[in-house]
Amino acid sequence: MNQLKNFSKGLLKENPILILVLGTCPTLAVTTSAINGAGMGLATTFVLVMSNIFISLMKNIIADNIRIPSFIVIIATFVTVVDLCMQAYIPSLHAQLGIFIPLIVVNCIVLGRAEAFASKNGVLSSAIDGLGMGLGFTLALTVLGAIREILGSLSVFNWKFAAGDGALIFVLAPGAFICLGFLMAIVNKIVKKSNS
Amino acid sequence: MVIVLGLIAAITSLLLAYVYTITKQPIDDAKQIKLNNAIAEVVPGLETFKEYKVKFDESTDSLTFYDVYKNDELIGTAVKSYDNNGFNGRIVILVGLNPDGNIIKTVALEQSETPGLGAKMDNVKNPEFAEQFANQNPKKFKLQVKKDKGDVDAITAATISSRAYCRAVQLACNAFDAQKGGAQ
Repeated sequence: MNQLKNFSKGLLKENPILILVLGTCPTLAVTTSAINGAGMGLATTFVLVMSNIFISLMKNIIADNIRIPSFIVIIATFVTVVDLCMQAYIPSLHAQLGIFIPLIVVNCIVLGRAEAFASKNGVLSSAIDGLGMGLGFTLALTVLGAIREILGSLSVFNWKFAAGDGALIFVLAPGAFICLGFLMAIVNKIVKKSNS
Repeated sequence: MVIVLGLIAAITSLLLAYVYTITKQPIDDAKQIKLNNAIAEVVPGLETFKEYKVKFDESTDSLTFYDVYKNDELIGTAVKSYDNNGFNGRIVILVGLNPDGNIIKTVALEQSETPGLGAKMDNVKNPEFAEQFANQNPKKFKLQVKKDKGDVDAITAATISSRAYCRAVQLACNAFDAQKGGAQ
């Protein structure tokens, strides 16, 4: 029951983007299409799960005053692993996401979960927390990417359903802010309602 | 505490070294395939190619030429050209030229132009712009946008990107003429 809660809180109640509003920089930048959003989300999920597991394993030997550098070293390692693997096996997606893959290192969600959860909880709980948070992040990015792709380029998951160009603004940065704002408003309304 | 931090760094660098060694080959392969596909696209019929660099002019970087052979016969040359003044900085394109110096086809290799506007120079989703250059003789077809009295229809609302693309194609043609014109 408790583990289920650990997992599900990341999906909606504590969704990193829509409720906690962490890691919005990659969110706004890469969600020009649903595939990009999903790819970025899954890469971040892998980093979250692995860094949470390792940090939780090592929490007893890492002294308090070196915890941030230690966390960053561990996180950066897994980000580099993801970066190299994507270059090797899915180069086209890597070319699309570009600089934002290495920038997962400084994503607030990853360090935030390490600091707030993994450094205080057991290995299993930390892994599940990372998975839930990562999938919540992926879900938000995919939905946002899909909305922008539908409105901006009249296609979804690269499948074009109508000819033409769509409303360009949704592919550009202002569209990202507009969509994210509306999505946050809707999700917050739902979460508030289910709480009361 | 120094020992712990050192230990973490040692373990993670071991892990990274391992991942690096197993991904190095696939990454190189992927890059090679990407380059091969791009060359084959601009010079159809690619079997083997020979790569060399040409320093055409003091004011530009050296360009990479790929002489393309089929049955040991030169069927064309792909020239990797660039322009530094795209809307978002440098663009890199590949121009395929037949041995007479006519353009076969052009593709954008690297560009970070505005999505939906200048990014249409990338011919995967929007072939209209890049197709204008296909099968043109650069001596007759003026490689400038119509706004500058050339023959190229600029991408709507992306004149700066279109100009950069034209300049890069022009640079490739000039370098090709300077390199091959003398020899023939």
